[in-house]
Amino acid sequence: MSVNKEFVKFDKVDKSYDGKVLVVKDLQLDIAEGEFITMLGPSGSGKTTCLMMLAGFETPTNGEIYLDGNAISSIPPHKRGIGMVFQNYALFPHMTVYENLAFPLRVRKIPKDEADKKIDKALSMVSLQGFASRMPGQLSGGQQQRVAVARSLVFDPQLVLMDEPLGALDKNLRESMQYEIKHIHESIGVTVVYVTHDQSEALTMSNRIAVFNDGKVQQLSSPDELYEKPVNSFVAEFIGENNTFTGEVSEISGQKCKVKLSNAEIMANPISVKSKGERTKVSLRPERALINPKDKMDNIHNGKIEEVIYHGDHTRVRINLLGNPEFILKVPNSSANLDIKLGNEIKIGWNSEDARALDPK
Amino acid sequence: MSSETKQILTTDGIPLEVSLKKAEKKNKIKAFLLVAPLLFFLIITYVFPIGDMLFRSVDDKMVTQMLPKTFKAMENWDGQELPEEEVFAAFHEDFIKLVEDKREGKLSTQLNYTKNGFKSIIKKLRRASKKFEEGNYKEQIMSVHKRWADVEYWRAIQRRAPEFTGQKYLKGMDMYVNEEGKIVSVEEDRRIHRVLWLRTLEIAFFVTVFCFLMAYPIAHLLATLPMKYSNLLMICVLLPFWTSLLVRTASWMILLQQQGIVNDFFVGIGLVADDNRPEMMYNKTGSYVAMTQILLPFMVLPLYSVMKTISPSLMRAGKSLGGTPFVAFWKVYFPLTIPGIGAGCLLVFILAIGYYITPALVGGASGTLISNQIAFHMKSTLDWSFASAMGLMLLSGVLVIYWLYNKIVGIDNIKLG
Repeated sequence: MSVNKEFVKFDKVDKSYDGKVLVVKDLQLDIAEGEFITMLGPSGSGKTTCLMMLAGFETPTNGEIYLDGNAISSIPPHKRGIGMVFQNYALFPHMTVYENLAFPLRVRKIPKDEADKKIDKALSMVSLQGFASRMPGQLSGGQQQRVAVARSLVFDPQLVLMDEPLGALDKNLRESMQYEIKHIHESIGVTVVYVTHDQSEALTMSNRIAVFNDGKVQQLSSPDELYEKPVNSFVAEFIGENNTFTGEVSEISGQKCKVKLSNAEIMANPISVKSKGERTKVSLRPERALINPKDKMDNIHNGKIEEVIYHGDHTRVRINLLGNPEFILKVPNSSANLDIKLGNEIKIGWNSEDARALDPK
Repeated sequence: MSSETKQILTTDGIPLEVSLKKAEKKNKIKAFLLVAPLLFFLIITYVFPIGDMLFRSVDDKMVTQMLPKTFKAMENWDGQELPEEEVFAAFHEDFIKLVEDKREGKLSTQLNYTKNGFKSIIKKLRRASKKFEEGNYKEQIMSVHKRWADVEYWRAIQRRAPEFTGQKYLKGMDMYVNEEGKIVSVEEDRRIHRVLWLRTLEIAFFVTVFCFLMAYPIAHLLATLPMKYSNLLMICVLLPFWTSLLVRTASWMILLQQQGIVNDFFVGIGLVADDNRPEMMYNKTGSYVAMTQILLPFMVLPLYSVMKTISPSLMRAGKSLGGTPFVAFWKVYFPLTIPGIGAGCLLVFILAIGYYITPALVGGASGTLISNQIAFHMKSTLDWSFASAMGLMLLSGVLVIYWLYNKIVGIDNIKLG
């Protein structure tokens, strides 16, 4: 069975609300069947607009969206057969859980006994059996959330859209719901397009992540690639923590380049710089830098500890390094006693391939 | 609230409830003092007048007090034949006293309410009584006018003996107590109140329906438009409140009269012939049009306040789940607006049922309501007890509607804003 690689296709989609500003610019995005794809970005980056266009509540100003090969711009939302989970759940407050779930089945004229079976199945999927006769107001936030998920799946749509569904939940519940949604996705193989501004949520759940900024997809790749190999400094800074050095390329050769900072020179991995003299921002993940490295590393510099913050499983250390007073290190809480004290001078080393020389922005 | 039977004590051993009451006492007194001015205001301007109205509508002491001896003498009269001399003597005695106080006119008015024909015979009796001799008053009074010898008129007097009476209420329903003491309807051609009651209900009902049909889309638009447009629209809805009711009604008179703007327009576009202009005022049409316009904001505002709270994502959810826009509206949006519909309809209906100025000005003969009749009795006939009785009937009608509403929709379901 071949998987449709272009189950959903955004083809050169533009969107503007006022005719002056483009909220979505020339969007080109393919979503494969059965994929869990997350649109991640800061608020105002156009991710929700994309979702609304896919659901049919907004029309693209230019371009076309295809669902399973069919152009859908002229199809009204109720004929698209796309399940949707809304930010504030949007459960119908005057209907019981059962009636909420029965709504999409009734409008599809599915006979009652068959509908009952589907509702039972959907409720057991979110482990809410026995809640059918409750009103949404009698449920907790997490339960309402699950009803909303069940309702979006009960009519067996091929595509489900989720618009920041976990935004209103507290941290613990949010995490357990992330796994729950992920498991549901894995067990029924539905295609999910998920919108969030929470990067850890995106990293946990998705097959692929599309990072949005300024109406454009900055990077579309798997979570690990996104984290390990950000293609530009926006993605590098938006996903996870990041140490940066701004400077100028002074030498470039194959997989290595030299970047001249204000008072030193470091070795880096040239990603988006091509030639000598270009301005660049070098990005380095905190966990890639080591204290007192034993191995031979091509960057070893001295820094002064400015701040130590205890985090339980790890300790964050802020170091003034090479003129950057915001250099962060994560030291795992292990028995190895390192001499981490405020004001100490320590040696820090990293490999040039982990220091990615990106666009200066 | 708690169903526990065991008494809970505070750490000092005082029962918790006692302690709580003590702690709350100061706040309760404060709260009461804050509402006290309004409470007294309500008692003085609302409870007291309504109580007075209720009393006035059943109060019939006036005649009882004017003819005390007569009614005492009548206690032994069976009402079959003409009463005995004893009654006539007592009546004469009461009557002379009334003439001295110049109050016999009031008596004649009161008795005339009970039976037509008392006015003239009391006038005659007053003139004749000056020449009456002592003794045998029965003969003397009966000789003044033949009606004084008619047992019907004496029965009419006897019917006014009780201090309280419900006859004003019966009159409000076009009924009365006949000579045999049975409650019967008045003749068909003299029934006016029943028609008015029915018309009041009919006009109030249709005005409510029209208001609902017009207000629902407006309220929806208000709730969904962006702020800058919805503010403007809100001002348009509230604009009528800034003008005097009288001015608004008068402007409808300008618009709706036969040579008015609306008729001119209809003639202009050839909808009606110039010599056949429809009458849109001084009839029901006038009442419908003007009352609907004036009461519209009372429907818009509760609907708006409810619609404002309905999240737009609910309609979207309805559509994304496969409901057509109509199904999403009917199954999702509409049920959620019912509290606002209830509040608006109840408000408009209750206001419409007691509406006065507008129907008085543009209603003409076929468009007036029961309140106009009440005003007529307050101002023209000065039969205040009858006006009070009808006012109370109106009030109890409203209470019945309120009760029905509570039974059917539930008053908790109401939302005024």
